[in-house]
Amino acid sequence: MAEQRATNRGPGRLLIAVYILFAIAATSRAGLQIATKFDEAPVAYLLSALAALIYIVAAVGLARAGHAGRRVALACCSVELVGVVGVGILSLADKELFPDETVWSGFGSGYGYIPLVLPVLGLLWLWRTRHDPA
Amino acid sequence: MTTAAAAGSPVDGILATASIVLSLLIAVWALVAAVRHRAPDRLQFVGLAVLEVALLGLAVVALVALGGGERPGEPGAFFGYLVTLVCLPPLAWVLARMEPTRWGSAIVCAVCLVTPVVVVRLQQTWEVVGG
Repeated sequence: MAEQRATNRGPGRLLIAVYILFAIAATSRAGLQIATKFDEAPVAYLLSALAALIYIVAAVGLARAGHAGRRVALACCSVELVGVVGVGILSLADKELFPDETVWSGFGSGYGYIPLVLPVLGLLWLWRTRHDPA
Repeated sequence: MTTAAAAGSPVDGILATASIVLSLLIAVWALVAAVRHRAPDRLQFVGLAVLEVALLGLAVVALVALGGGERPGEPGAFFGYLVTLVCLPPLAWVLARMEPTRWGSAIVCAVCLVTPVVVVRLQQTWEVVGG
């Protein structure tokens, strides 16, 4: 059985579904935090908003596929990986820096570490579909 | 005092429990289908439809309670979770329809694993003050 190798089909579509879920989760969380208690932890909340934006753009990039879409997805997954690892280390090293939880705190432990796994899967998928003609 | 708080949550009843159980059942069924290289079958779509009805019922119960003057502990988060919740089964439905392969079943499984978490978070955001 030949499985499709297009970026936005098969496993790619599952990836898009999970990215949509995280886009919703991060957007609602950031929106609420910024709207109701921005002054408490502006850095953490702006970071949540940035994460939300990246999840949205990554989902769109993967769904659009094609040359530009894949470029966008590649950039998003890379930033995400750097972000989740960086924030994870920083949140462990200096709790003062992020007084409130973000999607990426503790390597995404509040979300079952999926924020850490997701960009890796995204990059692997982009690599496996690198010959996608679309 | 405690009895009032316990009786106060409209999202903690049989509908919520049924939604969680049903969602997990669909997730298991979809996982089996994905492992067996099966596209989403009729049962998965029927399950998603029933789940959506249960979640809409939950939303109506919550809105009725709000109309009766009850208030969730964290209103903003509560409404966020409520809106997200009723959107989840349709999201799984649409994506599974677009993907008639084993990965469609995997999508149904993933969304049905997230749904119970959102139901529990919904309950927590109601109970913050009353609990």
